[in-house]
Amino acid sequence: MKFGVVVFPGTWSDCDFHYVVSEVLHQPVRYVWHRERELRELDCVILPGGFSYGDYLRAGAVAGRSPVVDALGDFVAGGGLVLGSCNGFQILCEAGLLPGVLTRNECLQYRCQSSHLVVENVDTPFTRGLRVGQVLTMPISHGEGKYYADPETLARLKQQNLVVFRYAEADGRITKKSNPNGSLDNIAGVVNPEGTVLGMMPHPERASEAAIGGTDGLLMFQSLLGSLVEDGTFLKR
Amino acid sequence: MTGAEPKVTLDLALEAGLTAEEYDRILSRLGREPTYAELGLFSALWSEHCAYKHSRVFLSRLPQRGAHVLQGPGENAGAIDIGDGWAVVFKIESHNHPSFIEPFQGAATGVGGILRDIFTMGARPIAALNSLRFGSLDDPKNGPRNRSLLAGVVAGIAHYGNAFGVPTVGGEVSFDDAYALNPLINAFALGLVRKDQIFFGKATGVGNPVLYVGAKTGRDGIHGATMASAEFDEEALEKRPTVQVGDPFLEKLLLEACLEAMRSGAVAGIQDMGAAGLTCSTCEMAARADTGIEIDLSLVPQRETGMTAYEMLLSESQERMLIVAHKGREREVGDIFRKWDLDAVVIGQVRDDGRMRVTHNGETVCDVPVKALTDEAPVYERKVRSPESGVRSPQPQLDQFQDPASAAHETSDSRLQTPDFNSVLLKLLSSPNLASKEWVYRQYDHMVRTNTAVLPGADAAVVRIKETRRALAISLDGNGRYCMANPREGAKLMVAEAARNVVCVGAQPIAITNCLNFASPERPEVMWAFSEVIDGIAEACQAFNTPVVSGNVSFYNETEGRGVLPTPVIGMVGLMEDVKRVIQPGFKNAGDVIAMLGATHDDLSISDYAAVIEGRTTDQLSEEGRAPVLDLASELAVQTACLRAADAGLLRSAHDCADGGLAIALAECCFSSLNRELFGADIDLTGDYDVNTRLFSESPSRIIISFDESVLGDIEVIVAAAGCPMTLLGNVGADRLHIQSDGEEVVQLDVAEMESAWRSSLKNRLQAEVLAAGTA
Repeated sequence: MKFGVVVFPGTWSDCDFHYVVSEVLHQPVRYVWHRERELRELDCVILPGGFSYGDYLRAGAVAGRSPVVDALGDFVAGGGLVLGSCNGFQILCEAGLLPGVLTRNECLQYRCQSSHLVVENVDTPFTRGLRVGQVLTMPISHGEGKYYADPETLARLKQQNLVVFRYAEADGRITKKSNPNGSLDNIAGVVNPEGTVLGMMPHPERASEAAIGGTDGLLMFQSLLGSLVEDGTFLKR
Repeated sequence: MTGAEPKVTLDLALEAGLTAEEYDRILSRLGREPTYAELGLFSALWSEHCAYKHSRVFLSRLPQRGAHVLQGPGENAGAIDIGDGWAVVFKIESHNHPSFIEPFQGAATGVGGILRDIFTMGARPIAALNSLRFGSLDDPKNGPRNRSLLAGVVAGIAHYGNAFGVPTVGGEVSFDDAYALNPLINAFALGLVRKDQIFFGKATGVGNPVLYVGAKTGRDGIHGATMASAEFDEEALEKRPTVQVGDPFLEKLLLEACLEAMRSGAVAGIQDMGAAGLTCSTCEMAARADTGIEIDLSLVPQRETGMTAYEMLLSESQERMLIVAHKGREREVGDIFRKWDLDAVVIGQVRDDGRMRVTHNGETVCDVPVKALTDEAPVYERKVRSPESGVRSPQPQLDQFQDPASAAHETSDSRLQTPDFNSVLLKLLSSPNLASKEWVYRQYDHMVRTNTAVLPGADAAVVRIKETRRALAISLDGNGRYCMANPREGAKLMVAEAARNVVCVGAQPIAITNCLNFASPERPEVMWAFSEVIDGIAEACQAFNTPVVSGNVSFYNETEGRGVLPTPVIGMVGLMEDVKRVIQPGFKNAGDVIAMLGATHDDLSISDYAAVIEGRTTDQLSEEGRAPVLDLASELAVQTACLRAADAGLLRSAHDCADGGLAIALAECCFSSLNRELFGADIDLTGDYDVNTRLFSESPSRIIISFDESVLGDIEVIVAAAGCPMTLLGNVGADRLHIQSDGEEVVQLDVAEMESAWRSSLKNRLQAEVLAAGTA
């Protein structure tokens, strides 16, 4: 399975994703420069964390209109997978590839800490190896991660089961205390109706080795690898 | 000459921070009056900040050599060989003055500056730490200001480090009234580089082009170096324009572009434009290579119009570098910088005449020998005088130290007879100096680059080196009260504590960097303390075999005539052969044996107990207190025993027993952390001294360890071979901390209750500041 890791000026989780894909999963991977538009040979494009173009406007606002993100529309239409984490999630929302927006954390500060996520949707290639209700532990690290969507969008997300992860307690209970940034309904990650574009604020690449604090993130990558069928398409369930 | 620039006079020189004697020296060296721009050069390069004119004679006493040292002091940062062809480059630097004037940008640009020092050497920054000191958060008069300084500084560090993409993995935050109008903001960074690919700030190769790269030059930060070399008064805040504004995004681009240019082989030398900007970088590069440099200011990318030569030379606009490229390869360098949307312009060339020559709009504005600006900068041997009263004699009072019985007797009368130790412990745990610093470090991205093996909050931070099995441990330590009471012993204690912290996570100390924060060097008693501190650091570093590879001196930390405590901050770097051997903090298993390596003495007089519980002020503590006495041989025995037990895989946990004393250390071992629930402990203390001393004495050279009962015999053998005393204290329990003293119960507390007091203390004190800043 061939991965591409997008590099914008100001991206910093690029090498962390690259390392997990090549050194932990032993899969082919290359960096994709932000001015590139040719993505056809890739199976999965990763939009990593960072401060793309400095993020001095809204987080992800400039990157959401960059050449590489512009090319993602065709890539997704052709059956390609996209995983956006942290800044990548912000970019996907800004580009309209996912619904909703990410705004400044309710605490008004940057937050880097461990978080618990309860899995709500396993009908995606990213989560098909997980169970509904399973609790994953992954770090977050952001200043603008408070998810918001208008009531109609939220209703549609729920109706179509597009919320993939929600912030929760270690035992899976969804509480206000376990919500690190004030996200609407504790939403931590959402997917498109086709299940091929996943955006999430937490960092799976920071939870993919026991030596640095856990392997729950690796479960997502393993789901992905197990989803690829020989004809190049992906299984959902 | 540019018409707008005034004629140089003695008055103008004095205004620029030079002395009358220094001005005379310039006149005789040049054989004429300097131009206005030249005066600017001398004023910046002869400032304490650039020339170390007050401290140079002392600093030469520090041990700077060692088998692993690749680069000692004198370059942008020091470098150490860590094996397998890899080196680490690290340094600590102060940004005290700018942070007091403008906390957010002052701290942010402090981080930016130290990161540039690291990647200038060709190393990619992989860890940042910082040591912060503020006045009391609860002080009725200055409390609000101190709280907003802390909130601003932390937000500034987070803003810069998080956007740049370097993990801020640890450090220290402490509070004392002595820092109320003089906060200390010391930033540390460490980078990784192939040993044979380290770059130096040398302008080599006559005829080689000199390139200006990075951000454009503006009028910000003019005379920052001179500002940082003077005392402050009420008008300090009017100096806000001398503080620069940082752009971490631009610095991230500069990092990637510089490393890419270095890899291309087109770069001969490179230097960061930090203090005194273009002036300092050109002169230092030429001086190190024994060459000359010629530049044309008209070619410098500018973001404002109408800038004079003087302003351009002294601007401290951030995120700029000077590169000397190999002749004929300047286009390659330019292409790489353009890829990252950065300016790269040839502004001059290297010459063989040893002169610094600057032209602007076709006129020569500076033409002076490089050596006159750098090597010939004045060196002062400042008067050193031991204060007649108020500071302890350099010799520890060994009689008292060696006679525990009399010490115990003497002190017990003056203290509370039977305090409620439960409430004492809770009060200490929630005091800002001992409380959890989670409020601070959760604002820093401490995990990016996925190397952080031990998270903030432990004795030392640990980052693995992905390219090898190895890992690095880093600790920053300072303590102004100890150094005020006894500068030499205080400095030794700090080196020892930093080494011990690194040992507690399982690493061997290998080298240090230091940041020496002092008041005005023009006061003989300050210089006496400075001299004593240097000797203390030297003695301890020799004992631990940890050379000093880089450092920074910050004088004039003095506002309205009140100076800071002498505060050396030690940045210790340790190496462990296998990251799998790292010891994570905290108890791991109920039933494990808890023991203490080392021994407790009566070291309560400058302790947190004395400050928080007995309510002693800083002045009382430093005048009446006695710094703990460090025995380097005992310290080494304790560290050796701990490291050998760790290497043998016998330890479940290790924790330095220092600030706050044994009871605090035990409580911290009980607290929960990521991936680990809380534990309790059942402890029985016996031996000399009263209960207060047993629980809260801050004797150095002690480590609390825990291990499975089955390895007790093995540990006893290791400890005996190292010549280290060990006391069995008790066992790990479920959820309560239970401490007996000679069989009598003195502490009986629910760990969750303690942890809550410890964790919420800073947050409760600071929440209002955050909300105020957010709505402003």
